[in-house]
Amino acid sequence: MSEKAAITLTINGKDYAIAVEPRRTLADAIREDCGQTGTHIGCEHGVCGACTVIVDDAPVRSCLMFAVQAAGKKIRTVEGLASGDTLHPMQQAFMDNHGLQCGFCTPGFLMLAVGVLEREPDISDEDLIDVLSSNLCRCTGYQNIIKSVRAAAAEMRK
Amino acid sequence: MKPAPFVRHVPRSLDEALKILAEVAGDDGRILAGGQSLVPIMAFRLAKPAHLVDINEVEGLDKIADDGQTLTIGARVRHAAFHKPVTANPLGALLAYVARHIAHYPIRMRGTFCGSLAHADPSSEWCLTAATLDAVMIAKSVKGIREIKAASFFDGIMSTHLKEDELLAEVRLPLLPADAKFGFYEFSRRAGDFAMSASLVTYRLDGGKMTDARVGLGGAEASPRRIAEAEAQLNGKAPGDAAFRAAGEAASAAIEPLEDHQTDAAYRRDLVKVVVRRALEHSLK
Ligand SMILES: Cc1cc2nc3c(=O)[nH]c(=O)nc-3n(C[C@H](O)[C@H](O)[C@H](O)COP(=O)(O)OP(=O)(O)OC[C@H]3O[C@@H](n4cnc5c(N)ncnc54)[C@H](O)[C@@H]3O)c2cc1C
Ligand code: FES
Ligand code: FES
Repeated sequence: MSEKAAITLTINGKDYAIAVEPRRTLADAIREDCGQTGTHIGCEHGVCGACTVIVDDAPVRSCLMFAVQAAGKKIRTVEGLASGDTLHPMQQAFMDNHGLQCGFCTPGFLMLAVGVLEREPDISDEDLIDVLSSNLCRCTGYQNIIKSVRAAAAEMRK
Repeated sequence: MKPAPFVRHVPRSLDEALKILAEVAGDDGRILAGGQSLVPIMAFRLAKPAHLVDINEVEGLDKIADDGQTLTIGARVRHAAFHKPVTANPLGALLAYVARHIAHYPIRMRGTFCGSLAHADPSSEWCLTAATLDAVMIAKSVKGIREIKAASFFDGIMSTHLKEDELLAEVRLPLLPADAKFGFYEFSRRAGDFAMSASLVTYRLDGGKMTDARVGLGGAEASPRRIAEAEAQLNGKAPGDAAFRAAGEAASAAIEPLEDHQTDAAYRRDLVKVVVRRALEHSLK
């Protein structure tokens, strides 16, 4: 058994003082140790994208990072998107365009799309499709996710 | 599927990293770079390293330098650093085009160029790039520095000639001639999957004829390499269908194809024919 390290994760501006083994993935720490269960876990090996969060402005797979590596960094999860009762334009667009069915993949898609659009607001439609190929959805057939993200992109550029 | 326990080391300088690596290498200690290959392998428990030397906090490893002859890529330069050309030399556009084919956007935010080379997946786009362009790898350890040429760096599937206490500190790519043309094509079943075969080509034109042709092939054999037989079909010929097809045929005949449960040797040979031709066709676009 390796020693637990005392670290602080800063998630959506709030500090969580936790003790984790080095092998604890960021995804597990966010959910189990910090209780923020909006971030979902699908495959645990980087393929599905359900666990996507934003770490220091970069959308990343939280199952492929160790929690200890994220100490001191700014972590953003789906819980931090809305401000009060006002949904983030990306969330609103997913609602308006039927961008989800069961919703399991949705937090990952939201953080992926928000993370990329914040970095590259003028990304082309074609490149956006390539970005969205990062994550898996078993329900929607993707068309409404693409529609949602394009609508939100237009809204976010305003 | 959770990784097995390990001790994490967080060096702040390269010297410190090399010292720790020398201490733990014998005890299955490994470098943790982007973690985009290592962490999945650990999650499957295919690897259970006792120690990880995390190089994400090491000062100065994220540099890209163009000195007019060579592009030097540091150990923690991430794939996404190449999304936009890193140099005005045609090499910048080549790397940007190739980078888009590696995995997916969030994986490119973490995974590193040097990590890809150290990992040595036969299908890796960066391994193919290093082989095609005759990159030089700079390996450092407490014992000193070694320069390893791409042609003698790879040692079969997911294996290199790096020693266990060596860190791949940087990779040097020669800049391309200003008038160089390049083409790239890869085939995979789904966007972001590892390629079942990929080809990178470069050449120059002299009086309408191709010269200095390089034809690199990845994903088809245990390690990526240049295929001299295909290059010979291009040098001295005008770019076009006849020469491109001949190069594809020559590459297809020259290889020792990888086989797996989905793809037999005959299929891989067929694929190589097409992939090389399409990479060459891309050079005209
Ligand atoms: C879903 C998915 C799809 C992918 N698709 C592709 C793809 O299409 N093409 C592709 O090329 N890759 C793909 N990858 C892998 C990705 O590109 C990795 O980033 C890359 O293979 C390894 O780089 P890393 O920095 O993440 O290395 P790590 O995962 O940190 O390390 C990989 C190995 O290299 C060693 N290592 C790392 N850096 C060094 C160094 N400087 N010196 C010595 N040893 C070192 C480590 O000890 C480890 O054994 C994919 C990954 C995932 C999860
Ligand atoms: S759970 Fe992280 S990518 Fe699937
Ligand atoms: S909405 Fe069910 S997996 Fe995407």
